[in-house]
Amino acid sequence: MSKIAVTATINGDEQEFLCEPGESLLDALRMRLNLTGSKEGCGSGDCGACTVMMDGRMVCSCLVLAPEAEGKRIETIEGVAEGSVLHPIQRKFLEMGGLQCGFCTPGFIVAAKALLERDPDPSETEIRYWLAGNLCRCTGYDKIIRAVQEAAAEMRQERVVS
Amino acid sequence: MIAFHSPQTLEDASALLAAEPSARPLSGGTDLLVQMRSGRVEPAAIVDLKQIPSMRGIRAHDGGFAIGAATPCTALLDDAALCAAWPGVVEAANLIGSVQVRNRATMAGNLCNASPAADSVPALIAADARALVVGPAGEREVPIADIPAAPGKTNLAQGEFVAEIRLPAKSASGGDAYLRSIPRTEMDIAVVGAGVSLVLDSSGTCTAARVALGAVAPTALLVEEAGAALVGTGLDDAALDRMADAVRAACNPINDKRGTVEYRTAMAAILAKRATRIAQSRAGANS
Ligand SMILES: Cc1cc2nc3c(=O)[nH]c(=O)nc-3n(C[C@H](O)[C@H](O)[C@H](O)COP(=O)(O)OP(=O)(O)OC[C@H]3O[C@@H](n4cnc5c(N)ncnc54)[C@H](O)[C@@H]3O)c2cc1C
Ligand code: FES
Ligand code: FES
Repeated sequence: MSKIAVTATINGDEQEFLCEPGESLLDALRMRLNLTGSKEGCGSGDCGACTVMMDGRMVCSCLVLAPEAEGKRIETIEGVAEGSVLHPIQRKFLEMGGLQCGFCTPGFIVAAKALLERDPDPSETEIRYWLAGNLCRCTGYDKIIRAVQEAAAEMRQERVVS
Repeated sequence: MIAFHSPQTLEDASALLAAEPSARPLSGGTDLLVQMRSGRVEPAAIVDLKQIPSMRGIRAHDGGFAIGAATPCTALLDDAALCAAWPGVVEAANLIGSVQVRNRATMAGNLCNASPAADSVPALIAADARALVVGPAGEREVPIADIPAAPGKTNLAQGEFVAEIRLPAKSASGGDAYLRSIPRTEMDIAVVGAGVSLVLDSSGTCTAARVALGAVAPTALLVEEAGAALVGTGLDDAALDRMADAVRAACNPINDKRGTVEYRTAMAAILAKRATRIAQSRAGANS
């Protein structure tokens, strides 16, 4: 059987790519579109390193088939910064040591951004539950949670000023 | 090489599934893709059900609700009427996995994957929900408990799939609840699950009760004796003790590293009691 042509809006741009019918969206992003920011930690939905937004909802791209992306809006870690200006969540992860090896970081940042966009002031418990699908083997999570809290505080401040 | 289909109608989906014995319906893919990757299932064709308009979203039906089988669990939370009527079902569906998983996972997939530990299934059985099954021979309505046959197996025939989950009209003074026990706080599979749905009269006497259990037998169970122990009582402690005895008697769990037979049996009774109290307070708040 021949490859399937898929058209999707990826980080704001319409893109077309060819994929195998059983290929994961994660593989298509990484291998066909060269968007290697999303990582494969497990390939089974457990670790969240492959988290992307699909039509505004966060999903594990390892558990989406590439042909399912047809007509969808996909946002990946590559679309989070604006040019060379980091998103406040990215900056706080750097400043506060929210990463060590960095493998889990793209997934955490996409997930944390999704949370703060729907709730600008989540409690620590809410943050921890929201991020329960993202695993980190290095940091022990605490610095990640603090970085998200600090970023949330900064983003609320910006909202008041602007 | 595998084929990927995204039919637009129920008839096309059924024809595609009937045409290829190894074909699998795809809803959220949170079980299917994991099983394909591990080699446990090797379908020659995947039939994505999500492009069929009637299979997405929630609508009023017969005083209750018809939930399109491809509706993800998190979308249930956005329906205020559903959350008010069947909070136990909505909560059970939203215990599954992580937010990422629930944004894709469906109750129909949870049901048709036929894991004994599927979280939404005891809650749906307690609520007396039905599945609208569509296939080459037309459609039929099946009680939820009759869909799973054994771990990983359903009673669906070749070409059949679940198109809707139907929840009945909720009694004005009814309430439901689902609780599960897991070794962690999130992202784990139930060691025991218990769903309870009750109706009370104006004096607080229980007039109807359904108690369902997960992870204590090869399929989720409706324990009719447990419900019967509550009917006609004021839900006093003695009635709940009799209900708990019936729950323990119905348990036939496996022994594994996640829970022994004794632990699962004891916990089933405890969770059923706690779920009864939550359902009671919800029913009371409604009456
Ligand atoms: C990280 C992780 C955590 C999880 N945690 C939990 C948990 O806590 N509790 C729990 O219960 N489950 C859990 N699961 C399992 C899974 O997410 C659920 O069972 C989910 O509800 C499956 O739904 P789905 O739509 O993704 O099904 P799919 O993967 O699309 O399908 C599952 C099976 O049902 C069949 N199927 C799908 N839709 C239909 C239909 N409409 N008609 C007939 N057959 C159909 C498919 O062919 C397949 O065999 C977890 C999974 C992952 C990856
Ligand atoms: S790679 Fe997708 S969840 Fe781990
Ligand atoms: S920083 Fe290494 S896994 Fe999180």
